[in-house]
Amino acid sequence: MHEIVNNSPRWPATNANASRLEHLSASVNWTAAILILVLALVPMAASAIGELYYVTLMTRALIFALAAVGLNLVLGYGGLVSFGHSVYLGIGVYTVGIMMDHGITNAWLQLAAALLIGTIVAGVIGALSLRVKGVGFIMITLAFAQLLYFFCVGLRDYGGDDGFSLNGYSDFGLFQLGDNNTLYYAVLAVLAFTLLWVSRLISARFGMVIQGCKSNERRMVALGFPVFRYQWAAYVLSALICVVAGFFIVNLTRYVSPAYMQWTVSGELIVMVVVGGIATIVGPVIGAIAIVLFEEFASHAAFGLPGNADAFIHEHWLGALGVVILIVALCLKQGLYGSLFKRSARRA
Amino acid sequence: MLKVRGLCKRFGGLTVTDQLNLDVGAKELHAIIGPNGAGKTTLINQLSGELFPDEGSIEFDGCYVTGMRPDQRALAGLARSFQISSVFPVFSALQNVMLAVQAQQGHSFGSWRSVLSDTRLTAPAYQALEEVGLAQQAHTPVNEMAHGARRQLELAMSLATGPKLLLLDEPMAGMSQYESDQVTELLLKLKSRYAIVLVEHDMNAVFALADRVTVLVYGRSIICAEPDVVRRDSAVQAAYLGDEKDRIGEVAQ
Amino acid sequence: MLTWNVLLMQVLNGLQWGLLLFLLSAGLTLVFGIMNFVNLTHGSLYMMGGYFGAYAYGQTHSFWLACMVAVVGAAIVGVLLDRLVAASLYSRDHLDQVLATFGLILIFNELVRIVWGGNTSVVNPPEMLTGSVEIFGLRYPLYRLMIIVVGLLVSGLLYFIIHRTRIGMLIRAGATNTKMVSALGVNIKRLNLIVFAAGALLAGLAGVLNAPISAIQPGMGEPILILALVVIVTGGIGSIKGAFYGALLIGMADMVGRAFLPIAMTEFFGRAAAQLTGPAIASMGIYLLMAIVLIARPQGLFGGRHA
Repeated sequence: MHEIVNNSPRWPATNANASRLEHLSASVNWTAAILILVLALVPMAASAIGELYYVTLMTRALIFALAAVGLNLVLGYGGLVSFGHSVYLGIGVYTVGIMMDHGITNAWLQLAAALLIGTIVAGVIGALSLRVKGVGFIMITLAFAQLLYFFCVGLRDYGGDDGFSLNGYSDFGLFQLGDNNTLYYAVLAVLAFTLLWVSRLISARFGMVIQGCKSNERRMVALGFPVFRYQWAAYVLSALICVVAGFFIVNLTRYVSPAYMQWTVSGELIVMVVVGGIATIVGPVIGAIAIVLFEEFASHAAFGLPGNADAFIHEHWLGALGVVILIVALCLKQGLYGSLFKRSARRA
Repeated sequence: MLKVRGLCKRFGGLTVTDQLNLDVGAKELHAIIGPNGAGKTTLINQLSGELFPDEGSIEFDGCYVTGMRPDQRALAGLARSFQISSVFPVFSALQNVMLAVQAQQGHSFGSWRSVLSDTRLTAPAYQALEEVGLAQQAHTPVNEMAHGARRQLELAMSLATGPKLLLLDEPMAGMSQYESDQVTELLLKLKSRYAIVLVEHDMNAVFALADRVTVLVYGRSIICAEPDVVRRDSAVQAAYLGDEKDRIGEVAQ
Repeated sequence: MLTWNVLLMQVLNGLQWGLLLFLLSAGLTLVFGIMNFVNLTHGSLYMMGGYFGAYAYGQTHSFWLACMVAVVGAAIVGVLLDRLVAASLYSRDHLDQVLATFGLILIFNELVRIVWGGNTSVVNPPEMLTGSVEIFGLRYPLYRLMIIVVGLLVSGLLYFIIHRTRIGMLIRAGATNTKMVSALGVNIKRLNLIVFAAGALLAGLAGVLNAPISAIQPGMGEPILILALVVIVTGGIGSIKGAFYGALLIGMADMVGRAFLPIAMTEFFGRAAAQLTGPAIASMGIYLLMAIVLIARPQGLFGGRHA
């Protein structure tokens, strides 16, 4: 269901529907704002209860939220199922990691380099993949991701399959990302900005074109839109958001490894977007938080269940996740967030 | 406005378009009729650019467009409507038409300003909706609209692109008599403003609207003349069996 | 290093690997192309074939029995999958299918871990197939030769079925126009079930055949699934011919590349460079190949609407 930003002009036409949609959009933006506010309180809450670990956990969740928001741009709004977005996480991780390894800790330089490489790679992959429609597109993005994964595995000098660990952290000049709280707020700030930007983008000309292509590409062409260039641009944009997420992840874990580029990570990103709610602004954030927290608690929390059940769940939580994903795919089409709003309009 | 010469299209062993010639003047309403399977939709697809012909040329507004993609032809002023409504169900009627307007207004990389606050889009869109009589439903999501309203929206979108020629593929498909009459009224209004190529089965509409009629049988044009001449032609009557023939006969009475 | 024997060995290995890939890809390309269904669970069916076979082998120490159990078992799982899950997904869009089958992969991997533990299981080839045979002066393992023979037989059988039988015609027709075929009175649901089950059967066969050569462990299906995806994209989705030639091409490229690219790199670029990138180039090779094919022909080598 399309979300409209809150300033539609007053047409003499019946406004009942307009105000309903307006109301919807207003509440959507409020949700984003409230969410950001709540998230901002996490470090304080964590230190209050003395569990500083939660800050790290939530940082991880927010980083994936950022990646999921990026993916949602092409997946949710654009209707392009990209199964290779983990590549861009990897580009962020490796570019920053390698630069750090060589002593370059300036965050601005690192980001610039990562974004540049990301643009080139996404540009090439996007251009080749978009030539194929439907199922082929999914497969090709997957295959390209594998290509780059193996490329990084082959980088013997940089740890190959195992990767390598870092000693430093990125330096923005005014602040460094070495402190847990600083990192958390940096990620939150970037996430907030990205959410704002995406919400503007969706209601702007570019966003309309992207959604139009998802809804009815044939008609878009018939109207005169050169569809390819807009889909390409959206793809590259979404990739760059993931690159930024990669930049943060390497600062969080201080570890560079090709594991971030595995296709299963791409799959997880898709899961986060859909479980949260595709084609919504906050859906991916909620989905990412939900999945990361699920992973964490399913594999570590003490449920107090009888017998070996606890250990069983810890062992096999991936299977439980699989069940959740299956159920969401079969039944909960709108995702967690989408289902909160009983939309009368069916999905396109 | 439109000059088609020697158009041929084959699918495997089947010739769907056979040495077709067609001329449409700048303010002419040219109807294309023919029995089922005559190749009308294939012809429209070749004119709009979704299919490329095997032979022949298409000249539009002085330019050879035979090799151009559909979006390039649309930007050149060749608008097309679809037999089965091809709209954007997620959006409201107004947003649908706004997209059509947007296509003609240069690049669409604007990323900050909401389209609903952009009068360069909303004003022409609203105007197009008024033209086809859908102004009341401007904010209705399309997937809540009735079939007839969607056909009107289809038309509005084609109009909103500010075209020089309209390719209308059975605009009255699936409509009641009342709705068809309304569309006929509308097309009469539009006649003086655009060149129109109209593919239709509804003979009442065709003979009320057309300046000239081309009859297509097995991909060939067997006659191209004023409606009166066409309706009396024996080859045309032979080509149509059953219902159609009777209807032509009735109209002739 | 580059002797005739070594080359022949790698070519035969490539042929064997390619034919094995074909077994997996044939079912996959039909499901993707005809049913327009993104089925990531295909790798899990391969894995189940391996596990069923290993279990049967553990109980009976008969390779042939293990094969039968594996094939039938995989087919049954395939039927269950189709009825319970896939049938509701055929009409949905690709995203739902990707998601659901991705979830299923996780479920299958865990199920296998729960039932058989995370350790590697073992299947041994039958007595009569251990040992090797002389081909053009090369001693080649009999077992691998058997795989080649089986692969060719299955290919021939598939060709016959697709092009010479009524059901094959229905499958090809279903690829072009599902609605028309069901309008003609054919039960599309049953056709889909048959295609799906046949694909599962072949995947299971591949799983058990490959068992003596490779490891049976949770997650073994995914790497080969991805290769199969590369095969069908390169060959053309929906085309059995494409799957065949694509599989041979990719299989050869993979084997020969892995064996010779490091050597070639050393020859041309020296030891250091080869050390750095050799193995990577080999693994990347097939993806590069796919990219090249797609640049030239986005629909794949035999893409279009043919089986």
